[in-house]
Amino acid sequence: MPETLVLGAVAYDPKVVTIWEGFKQYFASRDLSFDYVLYSNYERQVESHLAGAFHIAWNSPLAWIRTKRQAEANGQRVAAIVMRDTDQDLTSLVIVKSDSGIKTIPDLKSKRVAVGAVDSPQATLLPLSYLRGQGLTPELDFAVVYHDLLAGKHGDHIGGEREAARALMAGKVDAACLIDGNYLAFAAEGTLPAGATRVLGQTAAYDHCNFTVGPAAPEQLVIRFRELLLNMSYDDAQVRPLMDLEGLKAWREGRLEGYRALDKAVDEAGFYDAKGRIAAANYRY
Amino acid sequence: MMRREESQRRTIDIKDLSFERGAHLLIKRELNALPVGSSLGIRGSDPTLSVHLRAWCRAQGHDLSLNGDSGAAGVVAWITRGSASSGRWRDAQSTGRPDPKADAAVLNRPQPTWGLAARGARVESGGPEFSFALSDKEEVWADNVPKLYAQAAAAQWDPASAIDWDAEFELPVEVEQAVVQVMTYLIENENAALLVPARFLSQIHPHFREVMQLLAIQIADEARHVEVFTRRATLRGTELGLSTVSGQQSLKTLLDEPDFSLASFLLSVLGEGTFLNLLWFLEKHAPDPVTRQVARLTARDEGRHVAFGLSHLQYQLALDPLLRSRLSLAMNRRHDTLASTAGLNEEVFDALVILAAGEWTPEAIAEGYAKVQELQEEMHSDRTARLVKLGFPAEEASKLSALHTRNFM
Repeated sequence: MPETLVLGAVAYDPKVVTIWEGFKQYFASRDLSFDYVLYSNYERQVESHLAGAFHIAWNSPLAWIRTKRQAEANGQRVAAIVMRDTDQDLTSLVIVKSDSGIKTIPDLKSKRVAVGAVDSPQATLLPLSYLRGQGLTPELDFAVVYHDLLAGKHGDHIGGEREAARALMAGKVDAACLIDGNYLAFAAEGTLPAGATRVLGQTAAYDHCNFTVGPAAPEQLVIRFRELLLNMSYDDAQVRPLMDLEGLKAWREGRLEGYRALDKAVDEAGFYDAKGRIAAANYRY
Repeated sequence: MMRREESQRRTIDIKDLSFERGAHLLIKRELNALPVGSSLGIRGSDPTLSVHLRAWCRAQGHDLSLNGDSGAAGVVAWITRGSASSGRWRDAQSTGRPDPKADAAVLNRPQPTWGLAARGARVESGGPEFSFALSDKEEVWADNVPKLYAQAAAAQWDPASAIDWDAEFELPVEVEQAVVQVMTYLIENENAALLVPARFLSQIHPHFREVMQLLAIQIADEARHVEVFTRRATLRGTELGLSTVSGQQSLKTLLDEPDFSLASFLLSVLGEGTFLNLLWFLEKHAPDPVTRQVARLTARDEGRHVAFGLSHLQYQLALDPLLRSRLSLAMNRRHDTLASTAGLNEEVFDALVILAAGEWTPEAIAEGYAKVQELQEEMHSDRTARLVKLGFPAEEASKLSALHTRNFM
């Protein structure tokens, strides 16, 4: 059995190094030898994970979908074991300017809709699937305007959504898609002035990132890893800065029902095929 | 805003206030009044309320139930208070009191993790450790620091208006040159008097707020002094004077002293103390009104610098009488270091004589010379008196005073 549990994560921001160095120290002080490797994009991370390069992945929801599809195709077993409280029950929004003539979803016909990066679950895949569910086919019934900042990062970088919101305020597009948390954040930072926008539509709740255990993961170390995470308390001054950086107040058990909507969205967009191979023609990372 | 108690569950009505306009403040205030785990019903008419509530509660660690049980009509959502906001302050530390006169206001050993927090603030635990080398009250404090700071703040003057730069005077060329030489010498000394406290300022734990503020003003005083001495030196378009090796060697020993108390002893008590005599001399004997005004204003500031140095050392000596022998050693060490140097440069000494003489007659020169000798005696006697104030026996004080650098500062 290997003595060190190795995690893979995507370096979507320099703070990622601070986060995992912090976790490494936290686990080391509790007798779990832990290390991490960083990838520049989720696609390479998923492929390396299933090839056995490391044990546990900190996966975006889209990376989870791909991992699961590929693993099933290969006859491998993977599991989503832990997620943040802030990964659960998210929603995405379609917003328009308050003074816009667009009052209902069907009014978006023939309009321009800003989305995030082509691989963003929250700012692209899920809201476009939502609009499809409301009877509008992307690119056919309305134009999709992508804001491809840092593709391969699955929308982890906030920049794409901010660009979409700015495009809406600048009148370059008629509607914009973004996650509910950023709608609040963009109001606070002034990107979206108070009262300047309204919500046209909201997706059903879905889940976001998770720790995915891969086929080569040593069971005992994974058990210890899971236990240490779930025992982290926001009351503990030593771990609180780490939890603040990672944006959570408590770790939760992993659950799968929150990924159904994205699974469907991936099929509709033709992003991955059933075996987890990249099918989207416009995806460069 | 309206509050209601319904079936022992509290609700608030925030009307049409949105999260884009501060709704979270009212909600937070109500939640803070509730125990962890209890619920608050939200009424409100902003169309984005439920969307923003969801994101806000998630980030704050509160549970949210939208359109929850219909126990209360018009309630958009029920929030169950999470523990995160109270958990953050569980081990918070109190950090003394802002008023230095209050009980337990200024503590002996503030924690490195209190960092830059205002004295008296409640500091979240788990913060970064700052490394303030001077974090022991004994090393920096004096009980009259708050008073000295208040005096310093009140006594600030504007070089542009406090001095009558246009005052009319005419000096013989050599006398003007002598004034310029003295100014040149003063500037390099004030550069040292600015940099020495500046180096320690960044090492002082901000818990000792008044010391930090007083040193900051002291540094600003020196900045002004450098300005007015430069301005007087160049008033008549004369080239600046000479800077000697021995002068700089003497000042360098001040910059090289790594201990705050010893540096404050050498610079403030002995150096600036001796300078006070020099500035008073210039105020009295300078041949022109501008130099006399400059000397008067700068002497007033220097007096405060000396007062803080003395007060701090008296405070520390009361707690640690062994410090006295370290002070004495520091003087001896500096004397030994400078033993092989020339001391006060000849140009400065001669310039002081000429400046006090005011003209080129044998009588005037003799008079100027006598005045400078008198100045040196005054310097020695006042320095001795300050050493006596620090508890040195009179004889030892006099011997120590004689060891002071011939460069004055």
